[in-house]
Amino acid sequence: MYAFDYQKAGSVSDALAALKAEDAQPISGGQTLIPTLKARLAAPSALIDLSGIAEMKGIEVAGGMVKIGGAVTHQSVADHAGVKAAIPALAQLAAHIGDPAVRHKGTIGGSVANNDPSACYPSACLGLGATIHSSAGDMAADEFFQGMFATALDAGQIVTGVSFPIPEKAAYMKFVQPASRFALVGVFVSKGAGGVRVAVTGASESGVFRWTAAEDALAGNFSPDSVPPAPAADGMIGDIHGSPEYRAHLVAVMTKRAVKAC
Amino acid sequence: MPKDSGIGASIKRREDVRFLTGAGNYTDDINVAGQTYAYFLRSTVAHGKIVSVDTAAASKMPGVLRIFTGADFEAVGGLPCGWQITSRNGEVMKEPRHPILASGKVRHVGDPIAAVVAKSLAEARDAAEAIGVEIEELPAVVDMRAAISGAAPAVHDEAPDNLCYDWGFVEENREAVDAAIKSAHHVTTLELTNNRLVANPMEPRVAIGDFNRASGDSTLYTTSQNPHVIRLLMGAFVLGIPEHKLRVIAPDVGGGFGTKIFHYAEEAFCTFAAKALNKPVKWTADRSEAFITDAHGRDHVTKIELALDKDGKFLAIRTATLANMGAYLSTFAPSVPTWLHGTLMAGTYTTPLIYCNVKAVFTNTVPVDAYRGAGRPEATFQLERVIDKAAREMGIDPVEIRRRNFIPADAFPYQTPVAVAYDTGDYHATMDKLVEIADFAGFEARRAESAKRGKLRGLGLSSYIEACGIAPSNLVGQLGARAGLYESATVRVNAAGGIVVMTGSHSHGQGHETTFPQVIAEMFGCPEANVEIVHGDTGRGPMGMGTYGSRSIAVGGAAMVRAAEKIIAKAKRIASHLMEAAVEDVEFANGVFSVAGTDKKVDFGSVALAAYVPHNYPLESIEPGLEETAFYDPSNFTYPAGAYAAEVEVDPETGAVTLLAFSAADDFGNVINPMIVTGQVHGGIAQGIGQALLESAVYDANGQLLTGSYMDYAMPRADDLPMYAVDHSCQTPCTHNPLGVKGCGEAGAIGSPPALVNAVLDALNAGGIGVEHIDMPLSPSRVWAAIQSAK
Repeated sequence: MYAFDYQKAGSVSDALAALKAEDAQPISGGQTLIPTLKARLAAPSALIDLSGIAEMKGIEVAGGMVKIGGAVTHQSVADHAGVKAAIPALAQLAAHIGDPAVRHKGTIGGSVANNDPSACYPSACLGLGATIHSSAGDMAADEFFQGMFATALDAGQIVTGVSFPIPEKAAYMKFVQPASRFALVGVFVSKGAGGVRVAVTGASESGVFRWTAAEDALAGNFSPDSVPPAPAADGMIGDIHGSPEYRAHLVAVMTKRAVKAC
Repeated sequence: MPKDSGIGASIKRREDVRFLTGAGNYTDDINVAGQTYAYFLRSTVAHGKIVSVDTAAASKMPGVLRIFTGADFEAVGGLPCGWQITSRNGEVMKEPRHPILASGKVRHVGDPIAAVVAKSLAEARDAAEAIGVEIEELPAVVDMRAAISGAAPAVHDEAPDNLCYDWGFVEENREAVDAAIKSAHHVTTLELTNNRLVANPMEPRVAIGDFNRASGDSTLYTTSQNPHVIRLLMGAFVLGIPEHKLRVIAPDVGGGFGTKIFHYAEEAFCTFAAKALNKPVKWTADRSEAFITDAHGRDHVTKIELALDKDGKFLAIRTATLANMGAYLSTFAPSVPTWLHGTLMAGTYTTPLIYCNVKAVFTNTVPVDAYRGAGRPEATFQLERVIDKAAREMGIDPVEIRRRNFIPADAFPYQTPVAVAYDTGDYHATMDKLVEIADFAGFEARRAESAKRGKLRGLGLSSYIEACGIAPSNLVGQLGARAGLYESATVRVNAAGGIVVMTGSHSHGQGHETTFPQVIAEMFGCPEANVEIVHGDTGRGPMGMGTYGSRSIAVGGAAMVRAAEKIIAKAKRIASHLMEAAVEDVEFANGVFSVAGTDKKVDFGSVALAAYVPHNYPLESIEPGLEETAFYDPSNFTYPAGAYAAEVEVDPETGAVTLLAFSAADDFGNVINPMIVTGQVHGGIAQGIGQALLESAVYDANGQLLTGSYMDYAMPRADDLPMYAVDHSCQTPCTHNPLGVKGCGEAGAIGSPPALVNAVLDALNAGGIGVEHIDMPLSPSRVWAAIQSAK
């Protein structure tokens, strides 16, 4: 780790002001950033800690929406009775991120802003048609995620929360990478007022994406048998844990299983 | 009723109280006054010529005491290799220099180029980043077949073909083996890889060098399984420090698994730098550093052929193995694929003719050396895999084909065709026990139940043999060992009866502090609480050889018994004086000396007191004191054996393997503490499951380690493992050591990988998917790919 200044922000406006400093960086749960710092792969001048900002810590279930503050930990989502009742798939997704230590520190805002191509939350955002609340305003998940580790936010902007419309039904199926236990392929399927959405994480070199062919097929008949054959392997990730063909195959298998679990 | 004391009692581990309450004293817990910190600048390329190392600017940075480079170590020795192998053509192996800091070239990612010593670790690390290094990158060689093809770059100039040695065993059998294979009714051939592993003990390696200017003595604190061996190797071969001026302390050590046997550059560096700077120097590896500096394990590529007659009797075995040595020869690396591997190729079977060829290969990778099992898992894996394949090809049940070939219980002692002679064993008994505890009879019903859920269920087994307590020293010397393989113990009975045992064995998780006192308690008739075990400090005990190869109880325990027997013999003479009886008439039982046929008796404590307060004492014929030392050099290895079974379910859609049950029936001879033995088997099986299903160290073609962290190197977790059925009630005691014990530390890691792979292949083949082999680890993607290629 290189030396850096540390500031615990008391409010979103405090945080935004502090983030104007050159090379200042926000930190929430730090589950990606701290290992990066320890390996000396980043050298921020200052870390602005968002984890204590009260206005980013609540969970509200009202008006057909689940609104989760950006600084809410995965464990809080997993344990929240309102979330479990409204969107059980979302609570279940949160309950299986990393391990207990990760879940008690890592936050939804950090995960969404980082947009790791194998993270779970981006698929829930996309798969439920969520709205991402940020210091740059609200935007639809479809516009927010812009490829591996890329989002619509600029430096100095932060995710303050996420609002998920409550679907009629939804399920998340994760096939884990054996070492990291991130998603080798994770598929979030929902059916609701906005139709059927199928969002895939872990598989694509372009990050989380909607499998529209499956959405179209399932819109006609929401059944595992309607899931189309595996998508093309082109553009899928290939590494020691799985070939592009394997990932493409798993997209179809996990989609079927998610539909079945709905 | 189970015993609650002595041999055979399942006493809880006394050391766990301190380990589980954070009171352990690991090397990194030690901080010496005035301590400084070392940081190693390591190569990020696998192969390259060092053009220049500019330390001028870095040396001026805050806190820096000195920056060392390869040039500083040209006057001292390289890291020595402890075993010399002779090739088939009579030439000795190639043994290139292994410098403390790289000199001239770097040969693997992680090779140390320079080391900074500074007042703080952060300052040392900052300075290391300011060192100007110019390396002319050379093509790297990673794949063993490519390395010896004649077209590959040479890792060492001394070995232009990257061949360390070309070993044949038993060379005299070669033609007979060839002839038997040529004329056999059936020959089963299998090519397989034994995957490279990273040991990953929970505690990374640490070294602290300290130098006492007043006495001229050096002390090294280190995470070692064998501090005396480190003292010998580093003192005599690297730094030229005589033993009486060098103390090596290995306190609590958080797991070794073989990778902490070896003498590493960082140990020699910290000892050397402490003297050069007259300040203590500490180095603690981080996990990323461990991945690229701890010796790796396994990494064999083998072709095995098994010749059988029409009844499935084994006639001959021929193997050809490439064994990866990595970039340098680690301490015992050459012995692993040879004498710890070829000698095990008879397994538990009567195969009359065996020939193994092993080519050891240099590559631009981390050195490879012993890892839990060391050579024996590699032997067992290929044997148990080829037998399973032969059984399938010939339509013979896998249990039955093994039974037809087992060495029968009445054939012991049994001379194998691969030099070793087994003293005892009963392989049918452990197989019977396995069939019972794994419920083979109910398997087909369980398979049918899985099929209803769309899953493929499989049952796989293996029969393994291990050779522990490698010995005797004069034999291993002829085989190329450069060390003795005895063990030592001093038993000190103090005046008030407290007993201290100083053992050369080293506990780094095995529970010696609990089990060794059980043996003394049994012999002396005292509570275990009266006995303290001292180990891991060359300043406190006699020369010892440490713990590896499942040798502690069989060799170290035997040395302790010999010393304790000397104590009892002397105590009898003292007691005979106190009771005014002839020594031949003195009996000793349950802690009391008595004279047969009389009511005369004296307890052990009174004898001990008399030895140290020798007022009524025959000083003219018996020395005062009650302390004895013994060195024990076994006459043979011990041969634990057993049968293992794995039951798995394969998801044909994803290739995912779920391990449902694992059963182990072992014969360890006599058992000191059944609970600890069970725990040792559990740990070994977990590592075997890790190798079979999860773990693999993977390099890319440029020699970059792709699995350099837990993000990509899959360690087994608790939820990857089922509850185990473990039994060690089949006991054929060892005939040549005083405890009748065989050793249990590595068995689990040896017997389990082939059982798992056999189970997955059984699941696939019984499910109509014809797959003959999948290389470990059987990750979902590999199993799925095998299923696709079978379609």
